[in-house]
Amino acid sequence: MPDQTPDRSVLLDHVSIRFGNFTAVDNANLKINSGEFFSFLGPSGCGKTTMLRCISGFSEPTEGKVLIGGKDMAGVGPNKRPTALIFQHLALFPLMSVAENIAFPLEVRGVSKKERRKKADELLDMIALPGIGDKKVSELSGGQKQRVAIARALAVEPDILLLDEPLSALDLKLRQHMRTELRAIQKQVGVTFIYITHDQGEALTMSDRVAVMSRGVIEQVGEPDRIYNRPRSAFVASFVGENNALQGVIKGQSGDLAALETPMGTFEARVGGGRKYKAGDEALLFVRPEQLIPGASENAFPATLTRQEFEGATNHVFAKAGDTELRISMVNAGLAGSLPGQGESLSLGFQPMNATILPVGHMASES
Amino acid sequence: MNRHTLFGGAYALAFFSFLFGPLVIMATTAFNSSRFPRVAPWECFTTGWFGELFGNARLMEGLMNSVIIGVGVVALAVPIGLAGALALSELPAKLRSMLYTVLILPILIPGVVLGISTIVLWGQITRGTGAGFLYNGYFLTIVGQITFVSAYAMLVFIARLQRFDATQTEAALDLGATPGQAFRKILLPFMAPAIGSAAFITLLASFENYNTTVFTVLSESTFTTALASKVRHGTDPSLSALAVIIITLTLVGALTNEAYQRRKEAESGGRASRSPLYANPVTRALTHPGIVFAILVTVIGGISYAGSQYDSSVCEAAVLQEKLDRQEELRAEQRARIEAQEAEQQSTLPKSNSAFGGAFGGLGGGTPAPEAPAAPKPESPSAFGGAFGGITAPKPEE
Repeated sequence: MPDQTPDRSVLLDHVSIRFGNFTAVDNANLKINSGEFFSFLGPSGCGKTTMLRCISGFSEPTEGKVLIGGKDMAGVGPNKRPTALIFQHLALFPLMSVAENIAFPLEVRGVSKKERRKKADELLDMIALPGIGDKKVSELSGGQKQRVAIARALAVEPDILLLDEPLSALDLKLRQHMRTELRAIQKQVGVTFIYITHDQGEALTMSDRVAVMSRGVIEQVGEPDRIYNRPRSAFVASFVGENNALQGVIKGQSGDLAALETPMGTFEARVGGGRKYKAGDEALLFVRPEQLIPGASENAFPATLTRQEFEGATNHVFAKAGDTELRISMVNAGLAGSLPGQGESLSLGFQPMNATILPVGHMASES
Repeated sequence: MNRHTLFGGAYALAFFSFLFGPLVIMATTAFNSSRFPRVAPWECFTTGWFGELFGNARLMEGLMNSVIIGVGVVALAVPIGLAGALALSELPAKLRSMLYTVLILPILIPGVVLGISTIVLWGQITRGTGAGFLYNGYFLTIVGQITFVSAYAMLVFIARLQRFDATQTEAALDLGATPGQAFRKILLPFMAPAIGSAAFITLLASFENYNTTVFTVLSESTFTTALASKVRHGTDPSLSALAVIIITLTLVGALTNEAYQRRKEAESGGRASRSPLYANPVTRALTHPGIVFAILVTVIGGISYAGSQYDSSVCEAAVLQEKLDRQEELRAEQRARIEAQEAEQQSTLPKSNSAFGGAFGGLGGGTPAPEAPAAPKPESPSAFGGAFGGITAPKPEE
């Protein structure tokens, strides 16, 4: 397998999917590389599941083409595509044993019973659950079901594995464990993983690249750190991670930096997406809670502490500057350190490179 | 609080006697040798009514017809119902509610209408196409019953389909199954319990149907129509014997099913390991539905065999003798009274003697008039009369 790796890429060529007047996916145009762990990240209803169903063959694009391994998939049904889909609720077959579930793809291809069992046992070894082949699906724990679903999908030896929020039903600890596990399995089998999630933590930790989607539009594609540190739209900045948004008017731009006049003062920050602004343009400045540093000299402004939420390692502090409520993350300094008290005034500041100026656009709704 | 439990107990008792009282009484009459089904003057314990039931050629022929028609109805109504339910589940909501109404309509239409319209429709079709051989009781009853029985089946399937996770089929397709394979390997196994219950319900519905069948069956008869015409000509305890058989079959089925359900529930709920009943290997084996069924069948088989060997003729002869003695007694009484009357009349009205004597002479061979006060029920004179008539005939009078 390592020498002659098949082409496991997916190309979305100007794909639009419409249901009546509703546009679920609007002109998606991107290439997912062979062997990549690629995530579609977005709030529910953003069109990411529609995209996945389109790649797996359950629906056809209204416009554009889907190419898998360089081949146009138009008119090719889900059972004929080199893809396997892991459903949100896994869709394991409750009337079959674990081994029968895993070997189902082989059964429908007419593989003999003995070989099916052998293959099922191999896959169970791979997912580190040997010897559970004869159990019923209902006897498995959530994490085990998860891994059985992956094994079943891999039994087809697909080029592309599509995962539709498969971890959303698990509890936090298991979810974190499964992230590592999924990533390890992906590395082991070398299959292209396309992962759908609304959980940015999952997308950022597991993926090689992430596509952030909103209202059917792919807002940004990039490596997780670029998505987080260099958002290209107000939606990406507000959806991925926490962010403080300040609205203002551009005073001037020089190269990568621009000055923005806000009710709290004029701040200098990096321009997102290499855009050019004229003086007087409306814009938004995004600065992350962990970049707001008390006592920093650059972009300093006064604020009053209103309340705080203690969360172990980090302390979420809320401050008011003028009419704007700001969120500040502080590392817990332990017993040696001291936290500012409620109602205290302090000076906050941030480095111009650690804040982003973006054009005004729709933002992720608070929820 | 005590009064509450007392009231509750009394209410429960009244409720259950209302519910099961008729069944208990009817089952009891099956074992009374009285020609009329009754419990009160208990004559003799007998199992003869079962024999009489099986000896009734018309009923047994009807039973055979019912089985043939029932099998035909199940074989056609279950696939039609399944297809209807699947079609409904695939349709958009608006169309679905419309089609649902159309498919459910035959249940709401009176069976009489369905029966008559079946005859009229198929009469014309068969005459028009020259397929006259189809115009017979079996075919018409099957097609007539299917019109509404398949709707029952469909309701069962709809209920089951609502719990089906459609992504299961999608998963099967995604894993490389053809639509046919997905249907056979995923949907059908899921529907299997519903197919079983639909088959059972349609068989029962076909078996017990009267309104439609009585028209469509033409000159043939099913068990139900044969039974109905038998009841119309007067009832006898062989029908009670039939009730006993039906109740027994129902009980066996219900108990076996209960054993199966409880076991399944205990096993899936993880209670099997905790319950002492399932922990002990002996009681565990004994509560297996198969064993429960086998035990019930063995017990009933044993009772049936013992019943078939039971001979109540001695008791019946004794009862008969008693009746004859009583009759003789009554006759003697009557004669004495007549003589007394005659003596009285002779002294007062000597002319009327011949008229009375002729009337009594005619009655003497059949039912003696003064017997009436001995039997309180209005129907009983006829039952008695039949019994007495048959027995008194060979006996020499006087």
